[in-house]
Amino acid sequence: MTPVTALWLTLALPLAGAALIVLLDRYPNPREAVSLVTAGLLFGLVVRLWFAARAGEWPALVLVETLPGLPLALAVEPLGLLFALVASFLWIVTSLYSIGYMRDNRERNQTRFYVCFAVALASTMGVALSANMFTLFVCYEVLTLSTYPLVAHSGTAEARRAGRLYLGLLIGTSIGLQLLAIVWTWMLAGTLDFRVGGVLAGVASPFLTGILLVLYIFGIGKAALMPLHRWLPAAMVAPVPVSALLHAVAVVKAGVFTVLKVLVYIFGLDLLGQIVSGNWLLYVAGASIIMASVIALRSDNLKRRLAYSTVSQLSYVIMAAAILAPLSVAGAALHIAAHAFGKITLFFAAGSIYIATHKTEVSQLDGIGRRMPWTMGAFAVGSLSMIGLPPAAGFVSKWYIVLGALQAGRPFAVAVIVLSTLLNAAYFLPIIYRAFFRAPNKPSHGKHGEAPLPIVAALTISASLTVLLFLFPGPALELAHQFAGANG
Amino acid sequence: MIAQHLPALQVVVPLLSAPLCLLLNRARVAWLLSTAASWVALVIAVLLLQQVLATGTLSYELGGWAAPWGIEYRLDPVNAFVLVIVAGIGSVVMPFAATSVVHEIAAEHRVLFYTTYLLCLAGLLGIAITGDAFNLFVFLEISSLSSYIMISLGRDRRALTASYQYLIMGTIGATFILIGVGLLYMMTGTLNMLDLAQRIPSVADTRTVRVALAFLTVGISIKLALFPLHLWLPNAYVYAPSVVTAFLAATATKVAVYMLLRFLFTVFGAELSFEAMVMHLVLLPLALLAVFSASVVAIYQDNLKRMLAYSSVAQIGYIILGISFASVTGVTAGILHLFNHALMKGALFLALGCVFYRLGSVQLRDIAGLGRRMPWTFAAIVIGGLSLIGVPLTVGFISKWYLVLAALEGGLWWVAVLVLLGSLLAVAYIWRVVEVAFFQPAPRNAPSQEAPLTLLLPTWALIGANVYFGINTELTVGVAHRAAEWLIGGGG
Repeated sequence: MTPVTALWLTLALPLAGAALIVLLDRYPNPREAVSLVTAGLLFGLVVRLWFAARAGEWPALVLVETLPGLPLALAVEPLGLLFALVASFLWIVTSLYSIGYMRDNRERNQTRFYVCFAVALASTMGVALSANMFTLFVCYEVLTLSTYPLVAHSGTAEARRAGRLYLGLLIGTSIGLQLLAIVWTWMLAGTLDFRVGGVLAGVASPFLTGILLVLYIFGIGKAALMPLHRWLPAAMVAPVPVSALLHAVAVVKAGVFTVLKVLVYIFGLDLLGQIVSGNWLLYVAGASIIMASVIALRSDNLKRRLAYSTVSQLSYVIMAAAILAPLSVAGAALHIAAHAFGKITLFFAAGSIYIATHKTEVSQLDGIGRRMPWTMGAFAVGSLSMIGLPPAAGFVSKWYIVLGALQAGRPFAVAVIVLSTLLNAAYFLPIIYRAFFRAPNKPSHGKHGEAPLPIVAALTISASLTVLLFLFPGPALELAHQFAGANG
Repeated sequence: MIAQHLPALQVVVPLLSAPLCLLLNRARVAWLLSTAASWVALVIAVLLLQQVLATGTLSYELGGWAAPWGIEYRLDPVNAFVLVIVAGIGSVVMPFAATSVVHEIAAEHRVLFYTTYLLCLAGLLGIAITGDAFNLFVFLEISSLSSYIMISLGRDRRALTASYQYLIMGTIGATFILIGVGLLYMMTGTLNMLDLAQRIPSVADTRTVRVALAFLTVGISIKLALFPLHLWLPNAYVYAPSVVTAFLAATATKVAVYMLLRFLFTVFGAELSFEAMVMHLVLLPLALLAVFSASVVAIYQDNLKRMLAYSSVAQIGYIILGISFASVTGVTAGILHLFNHALMKGALFLALGCVFYRLGSVQLRDIAGLGRRMPWTFAAIVIGGLSLIGVPLTVGFISKWYLVLAALEGGLWWVAVLVLLGSLLAVAYIWRVVEVAFFQPAPRNAPSQEAPLTLLLPTWALIGANVYFGINTELTVGVAHRAAEWLIGGGG
């Protein structure tokens, strides 16, 4: 298979999978087998692209020229490849997990669930591999729409309200601000291609460039930069696999990924360094990190705490990019992968606890580690990654972000990272302490052990990967450096 | 030989099929005839468009009488495109009518329905094709009178008052147009549009010509339902039979927009219309008011047909907004949206026809949980709704893209912002429907059957067009752009 074939198949395959899932509506076993096989094949395709890239081949292709000069086109580049690798691999793990979770929980409308999941993954691949801002925007919108049914899945009043907030904020910002910025960029630059060094240099006044930066950053609601983060905690009403893959990996990462792409390939780091008004991004992201951590500290609901932790971790990526140093940009790229593995583990663990015990609050978790050692062991690994301690992947990415901040002389960024590390420790370590070292509070515990096997298997895999990425960061680091290096 | 007379056949085929329907007097035969006539009209329209795109403007002397004494049919990129839209919608709606009409129109009125439909089609095609101002008025009356009848055929008795209301408003509009045309005749001594365009500049400074422009603009604005002259529209759309609503919503207002383009840009010329008479200062605020007021009203409607009717008023606002920029990109956006909106509203009203067929109602509360029971119908409503919002991969997005681009090019960034905010209001009214249909439990006695295939196929043909022309815009953007350049160039 040529790399170009593999490239268009990354979009076509999950969509074909979705179609097949619809046809198998009444047959749960084949339906879920299709889901799992599609995920496996998709990862194989992305690995094929990766090998091509290592051999120095970066395939690109035009799907269709939608508007004169504005094609829907795909192209492989280092950051997109890293994101696609992470998302497609975690889809396999999540599919495994979903089968255990959805069955054990006797969820309704499971076909709709698997279909939307496959479409969401297809659009995530589209976001990751798009060759221009136009294609990225199209896939970004499809991602929002395909995940809406997953958020509102249960159909309860709360889920519908959350769905409304989700759609309102994401569509509202993307149509109201991002699309405006995109059309404006198109008018000024005459192109929306992602180019090394950006396309906006020299075509707009510093003032207008500043305006465009604001429109882009707040137009990308998926990055959950405060104050546009509210949809993320609300989306936690969705079933756990959705929170795990989409709201810890695909959707939010698509957000910060888009921010990175825009900063690096539309504006260009040089241009951003020139405009004085660009500095605010560093401070807004820093503030977002700290505030979200404080809210997480005060949340007793486990999923909510994880959601705010995500908000804070996403802003790491934005802040790292806003430092504008090559090392920190590489750190930002790496953090997309590192946070993905860590956070999906944490959500898997939260879901595992819910399936086994129907507990949702942190304060109920006393002594649970003895009954669910695998789950809570994985949770501990995920927590270490969030805090940024060895032997977890979070350490590596934080290391590069701090290095970049020191190199560029940004004491503010360093201070934010130190403070947030402490805050992270303050809201994750007590959970681990409760789980392993406190005596279980007797009356509330029924008899329960570990969650079903697919769930335990999934969270063990993702926890192992968090450690593996720490031990062998080489391949991911190579892509991150290629991304940052080309722009350094 | 035949090819030479295509412009005449474009109108003559449906016009002569109408009395034939009445003579044959059998509903089934009348349906076959109307469907055949619509398809023939579509083929002719497509051939004409090809010809115009290949060779430029096309002139045809009716009955061999040379203009300006005889009536001239004149084809250019603009009206050739409009002919395709009208005939195309007719060709899709007619197959839908077979099943829907049996259900919604009393047996004794069915032949009458097909007869009036053919007359209306002939009238609309005639308005588009003619190059004679008075002939345009005649065709306008043919299409209007027949549409009053079609609306009154609705089973609900309120259809009669709705039709009457439209009759009054429509007649006022037509009278204004006639007065405008009369004043122009007085000043120039000709009714041929080409001659008018040549002679008006020499008398452009007279008050009479300016009053003529005012009468024509107001008259046409009533016909195209520009805010605040839209009051006839919601009731007419709600109480008319489903087929009629779909057909009129997708064609009648569009042809009226074409009349506006024709008079503003070719007959009076952009210089007189926009520089001397500053039409954009009138049209732009009204267009924006239409978008916002009608979208907000749409959010509060419980009758889905009424909701879409108000949405139409808003969408017409977008079309007029594009035109009011009076730039190539702006007019391209207007013409594009004229085509795209025909596709969206045609598809959505047909989908509501499917709902009505099974439920006998289009109230919001009655569709609870039907997303699972009628998956194809509601999938169509969702995709049509997304197109209305302007989500990428649908035609609505293409329209929005050009509108925003036109606003930014004109330095009106705040208009660009308002256009996008308007789309968000569409999210609000579409999402109410999605939520109720997909995320609320269905009542026990809800119908559990999908609409019949004869209704679904035409609906999905239009939905498919919504997606196809949202991805491959070579035809639509290409033609709209050429038409806009032609109009801005003064029709030279």
